[in-house]
Amino acid sequence: MIAETIGIRGHRNETIPAYYARPLGAGPFPGMLVIHHGLGLDEWSTEVARKFAEHGYAAIEPNLDHRAGEGDVEDVAARVRAMGWFPDDQVMGDLASAIAFLRDQPLLNGRVGVIGFCSGGRYTYMAACRLEGLDAAVDCWGGSVVVDDPAQLTSARPVAPVDLTKDMRCPLLGIFGNEDPNPTPAHVDRTEAELKKHGKPYEFHRYDGIGHGFFAVARPSYRPVQAMEAWATVFEFLGKHLTAAKSK
Amino acid sequence: MCTNTVESIDIVGSAKGSRGWMPVDRARIAYDHPFNAPLEHAVTIDLVVSTGEPGDRVALELSADSARALGHAITRALTRI
Repeated sequence: MIAETIGIRGHRNETIPAYYARPLGAGPFPGMLVIHHGLGLDEWSTEVARKFAEHGYAAIEPNLDHRAGEGDVEDVAARVRAMGWFPDDQVMGDLASAIAFLRDQPLLNGRVGVIGFCSGGRYTYMAACRLEGLDAAVDCWGGSVVVDDPAQLTSARPVAPVDLTKDMRCPLLGIFGNEDPNPTPAHVDRTEAELKKHGKPYEFHRYDGIGHGFFAVARPSYRPVQAMEAWATVFEFLGKHLTAAKSK
Repeated sequence: MCTNTVESIDIVGSAKGSRGWMPVDRARIAYDHPFNAPLEHAVTIDLVVSTGEPGDRVALELSADSARALGHAITRALTRI
């Protein structure tokens, strides 16, 4: 594979850095948009992009924190958290541009999926509802898809993603831990009810005895047995929706 | 958990970071995923130069019990003045 940081056009045509990992060769390969967690485009996040490349995907992972300033990834991510996160519209603009980048690549097989973790899971759910050009979405424990207290809605984040469910444009896979405080099992129930209500195709997989972020190998939340099982589910789901070539 | 909640206050003082002493003017406190501490959630305290670069900060990541104990210890120290 080859993996490198490149510049792509982001929201409002601004150049943003993105980590781009793909197999060697001309393809065709399915595309994956990877959305990093709230801790930034850190070592684990780039490992995820390389994992997709290892599995035969062209994976692009834009650095959504780029506009917060230069510096160490943790320092920049801490600033983004302190800012109350970037506006959803800006993030959606960056993600739409990353999808367009993949769709411009001659190696693409014509299909693009999206996966995100934690806050990236929230963006995944929102992207599946708002953006064109996605054929499958994987929300890994996205927090605040459901917003219990309307006071938590802000000008930057004015809409709870669950309220966009009627516009969901592609099949959704959800991976959740039943001990997670955000999303709680009740939040996941609420999301599932909305998906059913609107007749959207989805699969939810819920794991007992574990909480948030259980794929993250460098964190105490890592649960290797469940993570391996869930990763297999992810690749089975994506294989079903992304590996059959179609014309662009 | 992504709490999306940060308490931010004005402060007066200095903090010593990787580039030496700096005059910090804001403290940002959250209970969320830590970057480094071996905890699922932590009280994160950033003492920052609000007009500075992202790296102009001193960061703490403490367990909830440690943060409470620290707060109480500060209060006790101040009662003696």
